[in-house]
Amino acid sequence: MSVKLTEEMLTALPDARGHFGAFGGRFVSETLMDSLMTLEREYLRLKNDPEFQATFDKDLADYVGRPSPLYFAERLTRETGGAQIWLKREDLNHTGAHKVNNTIGQALLASFLGKKRIIAETGAGQHGVATATVCARLGLECHVFMGADDVQRQSLNVYRMKLLGAQVHAVQSGSRTLKDAMNDAMRDWVTNVEDTFYIIGTVAGPHPYPLLVRDFQSVIGRETRRQSLEKTGKLPDALVACVGGGSNAIGMFYPFLTDESVQLYGVEAGGHGIETGEHAAPLCAGRPGVLHGNRTYLMEDDDGQIASTHSVSAGLDYPGVGPEHSWLKDIGRANYVSVTDEEALEAFRMLTLVEGIMPALESAHAVAYAVKLAATMDKDQMVVINISGRGDKDIHTVAQLDGIEL
Amino acid sequence: MSRIEGVLQTLKGQGRKALIPFITAGDPHPDETVGLMHTMVDAGVDIIELGVPFSDPMADGPVIQLACERALKYGTSLRRVLAMVSEFRKTNDTTPVVLMGYLNPVEAMGYEAFADAAVKAGVDGVLTVDLPPEEADDVAPMFAKRGLDPIFLLAPTTTDERIRAIADHSSGYVYYVSFNGVTGAAKINVDEVAAKVAHIHELTALPVGVGFGIRDAETAAAVGRVSDGVIVGSVLVDTIARNQTDIDALKRALTDLLNPMREALDSLAS
Ligand SMILES: Cc1ncc(COP(=O)(O)O)c(C=O)c1O
Repeated sequence: MSVKLTEEMLTALPDARGHFGAFGGRFVSETLMDSLMTLEREYLRLKNDPEFQATFDKDLADYVGRPSPLYFAERLTRETGGAQIWLKREDLNHTGAHKVNNTIGQALLASFLGKKRIIAETGAGQHGVATATVCARLGLECHVFMGADDVQRQSLNVYRMKLLGAQVHAVQSGSRTLKDAMNDAMRDWVTNVEDTFYIIGTVAGPHPYPLLVRDFQSVIGRETRRQSLEKTGKLPDALVACVGGGSNAIGMFYPFLTDESVQLYGVEAGGHGIETGEHAAPLCAGRPGVLHGNRTYLMEDDDGQIASTHSVSAGLDYPGVGPEHSWLKDIGRANYVSVTDEEALEAFRMLTLVEGIMPALESAHAVAYAVKLAATMDKDQMVVINISGRGDKDIHTVAQLDGIEL
Repeated sequence: MSRIEGVLQTLKGQGRKALIPFITAGDPHPDETVGLMHTMVDAGVDIIELGVPFSDPMADGPVIQLACERALKYGTSLRRVLAMVSEFRKTNDTTPVVLMGYLNPVEAMGYEAFADAAVKAGVDGVLTVDLPPEEADDVAPMFAKRGLDPIFLLAPTTTDERIRAIADHSSGYVYYVSFNGVTGAAKINVDEVAAKVAHIHELTALPVGVGFGIRDAETAAAVGRVSDGVIVGSVLVDTIARNQTDIDALKRALTDLLNPMREALDSLAS
């Protein structure tokens, strides 16, 4: 079932309680409620404040280096032998991923709210680096929570954060990955709620985070829309983005939601394969539940305990997903699919060899699916892949799989 | 009148304060929980808060996180916790039991199925930490209709408007969290608690229980003086952790912790 979305429907969402249909909301302990309500009020005010928006736009241009190019991957297109493949180059942003679009926006919010202490969770370390970066620039105290296992597999980013002046807290509890980092960030926030701003790295968490992160990341889709019209005179036929929490995907999709002709594909981490149960694909194989402040599709057992996840890519290794994606899935506006670790690694190598662009392992999931999709489409059609980040941080992981010690 | 209201009214008539222990169900082992509940009743507690273990206890410090891990290792599901309450009720039909935990296990079981099973098991109240009243429009009345008291948290950051709204959704008692933080931290400031609880009493007629940071007879008495009851959690759970392998020693240790608290609270009686 697919619903035709209109501008009016979209501006009504999320509703006053942060719901996207049956999803979203604000499921946190009472201590945080007042802070979230203040954040919502201030954000809704600043969203329409010309000074806030001008500062945000200027930072995106001069500090991040936007707009990021929309690049025609000619050789990849030829090799694939189907639709034209274009790449939205978020990997060229300062710090190497889309994450910085959001941290610039939230750090600006923190400044307007007078909060001097910043906390963040991170999986791959990209959001941690992007947060540490804006904190360095604004002179804010920065604490990053990271699962102890991720500290191991993303040691390069850990060191980058330290160089940027952040304190990195290795989280030993639970499965010692992204969800546990988020748990500890919430615990810190509850403890220091009076002076601390929590910069959440994706479109998850309690309202208003899914809303404001989506708004900050929507620059990706707005640029893509404009660039596509400029370069080809039409809108793309399909957009493909990887989905961890879902921020790069929603940023790409949102400005196209009312364009019925544009197909949307969110690619989840299939890990060792959906059938093995060892994956991180809640939209493909989970069911609705409540975690980290919102109702959304989750990976859980029959008793409602959160399941452990697996992905070769730390940034996708999360049992939940932003609530707006859950809604888009249920109304049939976006398609959610998965690719395995192996397919993603193959795509990582292919894009590197064929285009000289080394994608993050997260983004390589989108590449893997997009190539399969493009092959089934006509030559005059157009697919845009969101290259959410660059692959430098993953070289250790890839080398290790090749049995090479760096 | 619910069992919780009955107990709290009787205490009030006697000028006494409620002693409310919290332990995590299934810790150190699911077979021991009912025995520990009876031990605590023998030590003079008035209401038992039984924690439902969750994989991601975001509002808890390390002590209760580890308790959840121990309990989950032995498969302590929500259904199994309900079975423990049924077992407890076979020999005790006076001490109220409040289930305290996170929303997702309840959501996974289904709200209606849970509410029916909880009533049948003899549960008296339900407190889900990550369910604010804004999201409880359907759930709170569903619980209340069956005689389950919906219990909500109040915090130092809760505004007057919210205190009134939360009290409207609550029955039995409200749980005032004594400081901004997770369970097990040692941050309690009794003067601040006294001021806030006095203020809450102006805004609602419901009894106010105070938890977080109560570790011994002295803090119990100090907080009991300004509230209707004290909730004692991490110090008991920590005692369980330290005596996991010797259940008799554990029961003695819990009794040794709770007895002085009971005496200190009763010495306040006018
Ligand atoms: C390069 C890159 N892409 C994607 C993601 C996944 O996050 P999201 O789904 O919020 O875009 C991450 C997260 O760390 C990332 O670093």
